[in-house]
Amino acid sequence: MAAVAVASALAVGLTACGGGGGSSSNNTAGGASGFNAGADKVVNPSDTKGGVIRMANSGDWDSLDPGDTYYAYSWNFVRLYGRSLVTFQSAPGADGAKLVPDLAESLGKPSDDSKTWTYKIRSGVKFEDGKTVTSKDVKYAVERSLDKTVFPNGPTYFNDYLDLGDYKTPYSDPTPDKLGLKAIETPDDSTIVFHLKTAFSGFDYFAMLPSTIPVEQAKDTGSKYKEHVVSTGPYMFKENNLGKNFTLVRNPQWDQKTDPLRKALPDEYDVSLNVNADDIDNRLLAGSLDIDIAGSGVQAAAQGKILSDQTKKANADDPTVARLWYTSINGDVAPLDNVHCRKAVEYAADKTGYLAAYGGQTGGQVATNMMPPIIPGAESFNTYETPNNAGDPAKAKQELQACGKADGFETNISYRAERPKEKAAAEALQQSLGKAGIKLTIKPFPTGDYYKLYAGKPDYAKSNNLGLMINGWGADWPDGFGFLSQIVDSRVIRASGGNTNLSVKDPAVDALIDKALTTTDTAAREKVWVDVDKKVMDDAYTLPGLWSKGLLYRPPNLTNVFVSNGYQMYDYLALGAKK
Amino acid sequence: MTAPLDVPGDAVQAEPEAVLAGMGKAIEGRSLRQIAWMRLRRDRVAMAGGVVVVILVLAAAVAFVMDRVFGLIPTTDFNQSLIDPDLQIPKGFFGGLSADHPLGVEPVNGRDLLARIFAGSWVSLLIAFLSTVVSVVIGTVLGVIAGFFGGWVDTLISRLMDVFLAFPLLLFSLALAGVVPDNAFGLSGDALRIALLIFIIGFFNWSYIGRIIRGQTLSLREREFVDAARSLGARAPHILFRELLPNLAAPILVYSTLLIPTNVLFESALSYLGVGVRPPTPTWGGMLSDATQYYQIDPEFMLVPGIAIFITVLAFNLFGDGLRDALDPRAR
Repeated sequence: MAAVAVASALAVGLTACGGGGGSSSNNTAGGASGFNAGADKVVNPSDTKGGVIRMANSGDWDSLDPGDTYYAYSWNFVRLYGRSLVTFQSAPGADGAKLVPDLAESLGKPSDDSKTWTYKIRSGVKFEDGKTVTSKDVKYAVERSLDKTVFPNGPTYFNDYLDLGDYKTPYSDPTPDKLGLKAIETPDDSTIVFHLKTAFSGFDYFAMLPSTIPVEQAKDTGSKYKEHVVSTGPYMFKENNLGKNFTLVRNPQWDQKTDPLRKALPDEYDVSLNVNADDIDNRLLAGSLDIDIAGSGVQAAAQGKILSDQTKKANADDPTVARLWYTSINGDVAPLDNVHCRKAVEYAADKTGYLAAYGGQTGGQVATNMMPPIIPGAESFNTYETPNNAGDPAKAKQELQACGKADGFETNISYRAERPKEKAAAEALQQSLGKAGIKLTIKPFPTGDYYKLYAGKPDYAKSNNLGLMINGWGADWPDGFGFLSQIVDSRVIRASGGNTNLSVKDPAVDALIDKALTTTDTAAREKVWVDVDKKVMDDAYTLPGLWSKGLLYRPPNLTNVFVSNGYQMYDYLALGAKK
Repeated sequence: MTAPLDVPGDAVQAEPEAVLAGMGKAIEGRSLRQIAWMRLRRDRVAMAGGVVVVILVLAAAVAFVMDRVFGLIPTTDFNQSLIDPDLQIPKGFFGGLSADHPLGVEPVNGRDLLARIFAGSWVSLLIAFLSTVVSVVIGTVLGVIAGFFGGWVDTLISRLMDVFLAFPLLLFSLALAGVVPDNAFGLSGDALRIALLIFIIGFFNWSYIGRIIRGQTLSLREREFVDAARSLGARAPHILFRELLPNLAAPILVYSTLLIPTNVLFESALSYLGVGVRPPTPTWGGMLSDATQYYQIDPEFMLVPGIAIFITVLAFNLFGDGLRDALDPRAR
């Protein structure tokens, strides 16, 4: 205990010395405890090194290769063995959603038109084999991530925004050093310059993607690189049995002096894969496991055990995540082509029932607009206020009158058949909309093809009268672009299907998005995204249901635990273990 | 001399002839049906099963006619005030048992479970009954034809039975239920789903009963009464319908009562897998499927539809077993 007290006192001292230290430590001297303490404070602050952190995953990684991964937990975890140009600050509360330089010396420097972005690489960073990291290794890493036949899982932001010309992949690059991509320049070993097709003010978020983690060309084995990723972070792979388990141990080439972000407290990470989800929860509660790596919350059974036991509850956090469960209102389907009929749906919906379907107050909070409050700059507002968010049939009937459907109308509501929560939400909406005279027929569709063939295919949704379509959306990263662009920009809708924007088609919204993309000032840009949100709600193309929460459990032997707003789960850079 | 306690006094004094005359009643011949009924009535277990079956059918019929059960609409009458806002399971003892809700309420929206069980009963029983009828009709017709005519007809039908027996029924029904559109054959919504389930379950289960009927027909057609009819010049239809079919009634009846519970289970399985009737119409299998998420924190929700299926299947099986014993002269 004494050691912990000294350590936290030291930590406070560090913070006081100025931000440059980059310590992830807390802002309260003794550390926080109790239910939800980890949501914005550090629990069990410590600088004690040593020990092992045991993690388990109920599924498996899409890939451990930094250029081929798209899970939030993976983006959080990959930082233990790789350093991207920029990353989220390792800090509790709102600071955790701020970008800070990691491999780069500072955030990106844009040209005046936001089409060219320049980064300087920190000196002294080395791969685990001792080779010094240069800007060419970063360029090569981004180049290879463009190849979606070898790396199908990762995001496509670089493919979409870099001025690629006809460049496809370094694996068929005729230039001897395989660095033929013109869109990225490396004038010297410490400078890297990105050239974009269109202006994009939030490029630092792209520099945060794991595909900017440097890859040594000589060690690249293509799709087999995930078997042994060459580390640039504080830990490296000791053992890796794909699909079963792997072990990370300290990387002797990593130097704390080059890295203000990482605490690197434990000596080792043991990760098991494909473990039964309920089993993970039981082991967490029993103390034989430290972290459920997926970070999306415990199962219903463990939730009951935790919430009904005050000592267990004190070791749990219930943070809001950047995920919205909502229902798209399809303006292609009559009579929902009339804005008043759409507004009738907004007023009639009982959002407490919607929330209950997703687990009630533990599962989330009622959403009154699109952008989750955890996103920096987001504003909560309520365009369609109803008493206790429980729906207002009288107001809905007024809107129905204005729409010319005073007696109500009939339409269909779709959901994903394998998702019981969406089914419960559909039943709740059927019940509450029925009170206003809007009669819903419930239609389940297979989850796997929901976006490709059914709800996400505009002509199918139209010809099958899918007036309401239940779905959800999580941000790739917490900012207006990461959250909104894929669900409200009408220009991303493809007739062939696979859409995530199911209903919002408004040129005014598109124009506002373009404005946001060219606004370089962060505060001003955040304001524009709020305007986008407001315009979408005015159009009544979406019925927001709830902003999701996940109940996370932190066993008492973990130290330095807090929720990162960047990934909306425990920050994996700071964790330590009591021995 | 003292009479044994359990023998009525007058019986002791009765003449031997009087006893033979059936205690004063005239001796009358009993038909096979009467004997069977008498045996069945003596079988208390079978009768108990039969009574439960009758109650279930009546309850299902009432639930089918009315859209309300005990004054509640089972699909949309929510009671969210009865739900714990933290855990989304019913407040109170064992799934929220109370005078108003004798079987408790569902998690999340608090719909009354008793009402939903009743509303679900007609779907389960209707599908089980009608699909059994389909199987029995197809199986009997093809089985009799195969057994009676023999030769290449028998070979053809027997191979067809083998094909159906080897068919991966569950996989096929999952696939078929997935591709059928919302409107087909002039039906839509629940009616279409129910018709589809009846077709799937009925059409692919006929081969079992077909084999039994074929075997029975094979042995019956060599019997003397068939020979007699044939030598008197009876044609095939007469022999089939007047001579063979009445003698097949017993196995058909017995097999039907045993097929119904199998079909109840099959319908539940399909509903459980999500290819049955669509929500919010309740089905027992669908309720079980809903309950899987909550079995650790609200086990009562899983018990209720589970017990409903259990009682139904058990009652039909007991009744069917008793019926077989009663109709089979060689039994016991």
